[in-house]
Amino acid sequence: MLNTFIGDAGHLSVIVAFVAAIVATYSYFMAARNQPLGSADASWLRLARGAFFVHGAAVFSIIICLFNIIYNHRYEYHYAWSHASNHLPVYYMISCFWEGQEGSFLLWIFWHVLLGFAIMRFNRQWEAPVMAVFAGVQFFLTSMILGVVVLDMKIGSSPFILLRDFLTDAPVFRLNPNFVPTDGTGLNPLLQNYWMVIHPPTLFLGFALTLVPFAFAIAGLWKNELTKWVKPAITWSLVGGAVLGIGIMMGAYWAYETLNFGGFWNWDPVENAVYIPWLVLVAGLHALVLWQRRRTGLRTAFVLVISTFLLILYATFLTRSGVLGNASVHSFTDLGLSGQLIIYLAAFVVLAVVLLVSKWKHIPVSEKELTTYNPELWVFIGATVLCLGAFQVLVTTSIPVYNAFLGFLGIKSNLALPADQIAHYTKFQLWMGVAIAFLSGLGQVMWWQRNDKESLTNSLTVPVVLTLLGAALAMLLVRYYGHPMKPVYIVLVTAGLFGVLANVGTILRLLKRRIQLSGGAVSHLGIALMLLGILASAGYSNIISQNVSGLVYSKDFPEDVNRDNVLLWRNEAAPMQGYDVSYTGQYYDVPGLPEYVNKDLLFRTDDEFKAIARAEVKQNDRVYYKVGDTLEIRPENTYYRVEYKDRKTGKSFTLYPRAQVNEEMGEGLLASPDIKKFWDHDIYSHISTVPDPSKEKDWSKVKEHVLAVGDTIYLNDYFAVLRAIEPAHESAGLGLKPGDLAIQGDFIVSGEKKQYHVHPVFVVRDKMIGRIPDEVEDLGLRLSFNNVDPTKGKFTFGVSTTQKDYIILKAMEKPFINLLWSGTLLMGLGFLMALRQRKQEPPRPDAPARRKQSASAQVA
Amino acid sequence: MKKSHLLILTVIAIAIGILVTTAGDVSQYVSFKEARELAAEGNTTKVHVVGRLPRDTQKNIMGLEYNPTLDPNYFAFTLVDTNRIAQRVVYFNPKPQDFDKSEQVVITGAMRNDVFVADKILLKCPSKYVEKDIKGATAAR
Repeated sequence: MLNTFIGDAGHLSVIVAFVAAIVATYSYFMAARNQPLGSADASWLRLARGAFFVHGAAVFSIIICLFNIIYNHRYEYHYAWSHASNHLPVYYMISCFWEGQEGSFLLWIFWHVLLGFAIMRFNRQWEAPVMAVFAGVQFFLTSMILGVVVLDMKIGSSPFILLRDFLTDAPVFRLNPNFVPTDGTGLNPLLQNYWMVIHPPTLFLGFALTLVPFAFAIAGLWKNELTKWVKPAITWSLVGGAVLGIGIMMGAYWAYETLNFGGFWNWDPVENAVYIPWLVLVAGLHALVLWQRRRTGLRTAFVLVISTFLLILYATFLTRSGVLGNASVHSFTDLGLSGQLIIYLAAFVVLAVVLLVSKWKHIPVSEKELTTYNPELWVFIGATVLCLGAFQVLVTTSIPVYNAFLGFLGIKSNLALPADQIAHYTKFQLWMGVAIAFLSGLGQVMWWQRNDKESLTNSLTVPVVLTLLGAALAMLLVRYYGHPMKPVYIVLVTAGLFGVLANVGTILRLLKRRIQLSGGAVSHLGIALMLLGILASAGYSNIISQNVSGLVYSKDFPEDVNRDNVLLWRNEAAPMQGYDVSYTGQYYDVPGLPEYVNKDLLFRTDDEFKAIARAEVKQNDRVYYKVGDTLEIRPENTYYRVEYKDRKTGKSFTLYPRAQVNEEMGEGLLASPDIKKFWDHDIYSHISTVPDPSKEKDWSKVKEHVLAVGDTIYLNDYFAVLRAIEPAHESAGLGLKPGDLAIQGDFIVSGEKKQYHVHPVFVVRDKMIGRIPDEVEDLGLRLSFNNVDPTKGKFTFGVSTTQKDYIILKAMEKPFINLLWSGTLLMGLGFLMALRQRKQEPPRPDAPARRKQSASAQVA
Repeated sequence: MKKSHLLILTVIAIAIGILVTTAGDVSQYVSFKEARELAAEGNTTKVHVVGRLPRDTQKNIMGLEYNPTLDPNYFAFTLVDTNRIAQRVVYFNPKPQDFDKSEQVVITGAMRNDVFVADKILLKCPSKYVEKDIKGATAAR
């Protein structure tokens, strides 16, 4: 049944949310106008609060409606049809919610609502001017999902559009406008991953959090409170920096685990689009702290805090307007919202720039010239380096925008992103990393002490000496294991080690004072570890699946071409650097079982989600299914069992890289890696190609053998014994009927590794003969039971063979990648500690602009 | 000169350096004719080429060469660029599984002798919404 009510309710809620946002913006503006900070026009304020509450309620209502559509499989709606399907588990239904553009806008809107409520509750004094900005942003964001056509202009794209209104050309709707599809087309399989349940909300919370300091900065400029906004802005920036940073790294981890480009970061425009604002946000945070503790850098803080939010808007424009076109594989589909996005971006750029310029002269500056012994100088340089790094990524990522802009002016431009993006970005970002690692160590050491030549030399001697020793040792070890050591790597290792040791030293010294103060040092330590992890895992990523067979198809370019993939025949071990690797079969995921189940144990049925057990399914000494039981399977993914045996130690481990053939998406084979984690390295493997499963196998001509029970024959290099002729049982999923006469041959075929039972079946039903052949996929063999000669006791079997199954595999070693992940956790922890410390701090009267060089300065 | 001025000058210098280097690294969308000219001049910078795969009357792609059992890292095909110039392309990696379905192909690489050696292939598949039929649509009639 077509249910239009829920969609109408949802759409109505969108309109209410939109209108309420306009009302809230206007009334908050009126409430704050001509009033000093802290007081507001009471009646306007009441109206504004009411409007924002209505807005919030409407947003919740939109979310409930949309989730209801997905959860109840209401495929009459385009959103459910294109993002969900019947067999999707509940927790992935949550990911369906934000797979589409509209849903992700909704997620963003939702976080703004919650943050708005938090500001109304905790930042009373600032409510009216800050919330005016908030409501204004909500007005623009809700317009993106409005889905209303005014004067032939489409405003926003509604998530509540019916399928028949989306696919207006589909013939089925001409026949029956009330047609409802029975199943959806499903969630992109790459997104069926637990990280995709938590990564997008984290990232969008990070997006939303950048609005808070921005709104405070704007409110400060507007109300001429040019210093007071810093305190609340720091707290919110700390939360934002942590959430956005962790959100980005979650995305990186997901990419590492799920995509097959062989790493965690690909410099894809979509990734860059969030990396840029994060760098600027962190730089801005440093400027804010500089002002609060040392009364310098306020203008910088204004510029950076405002830029962060504008860059988030620019990122939204980049990823959602379709401007990236060929440049990115995973930007959202173009919904024709580019005009709206440009207006949104331009409105806030103009508002912010005009306000900032008009108040620029009144922003207090520090009179004091900074010297080399002022930590402020080094923190400031660090923030500058972050901004330069952001600038570099921005310049390159925007290349498609230049093309579009020049095209708009009528100039044909054919600029393309650098052909080797990784080399291009690394060239700059590596040096940014060097500077950050060095400055993070130096800045932390200097921040906590009074600095002059002597004290600085004293506190730096130990870390510097240890760094040099450590770097020398690292170089020796790298050489010892036969890896090259480029000069830039030496510099980065040294800087990274210094960052680690100097920050560890700072933490140790702060232990004696108050451990709570060390949040900054912990964060910086995390960053330095991350840099070392990136250097080791990316710089020394080692492809272990180099083709060593010596077989090369073309010798045209033998000299410098990497041949990174290796072909593995089923059950034949191949040498791969220190390992013997073998591919030993295809497996399915069976819900409720601890391990994957071999395809050979299962008969597929007409229902693709059900299979029948051919043999006992036993795992960890527990029998889960008996012969003939029906079990549920997840058919979309095939897991390829790959065994690694270390030739030196004799130890082995098993990986199950998965692949899925997805015809609906038109994307062919989607392969995801499997990763074996050791403390000091990961072994990362993914499937590159498998024999095309959509093509019928090429079987050889059937060769007949006449056998008696007990006879032995050679089949395709394996020998086989006909042990018995026995009645066939229904249990094997043959679909027998009463009165059928069914017998089967019982063969034992000896393969390379194990023996296989093969049971070709011979059925007589109503004097008609049926033959059900049996296949051993491992050996590329098929046997059929062709005839019976009861008088002589002889049986005829047909044998045909095919090419054996194979996979093409790429495998690499990622040394010390755990440094990256543990560094990320430390960074997050440091942010949290700083936040906690900030909360416990007694409220200080906002000091007038003065410079205080104090040894007891608080947290960085 | 104050230190802050020095800092600003350094920043500007680095920013200009970034712009100049980026301008040098930027690649271009070119035709095969231009790619050949570049190679003939001895210029080995990598370029982007956009093209389509030639198909016979049965819509099968012509000229694909991939034989994994001989060499899994050798894939060759013919690409016809927007000016209808056909060029043999070699890709030293396995054949992307969805290659057969793609309508438009973007390759990066450079001409070497008389073949184009690609190191990246970006496939533009028919949009998710165009090719998809509605499942169960026939059953409902």
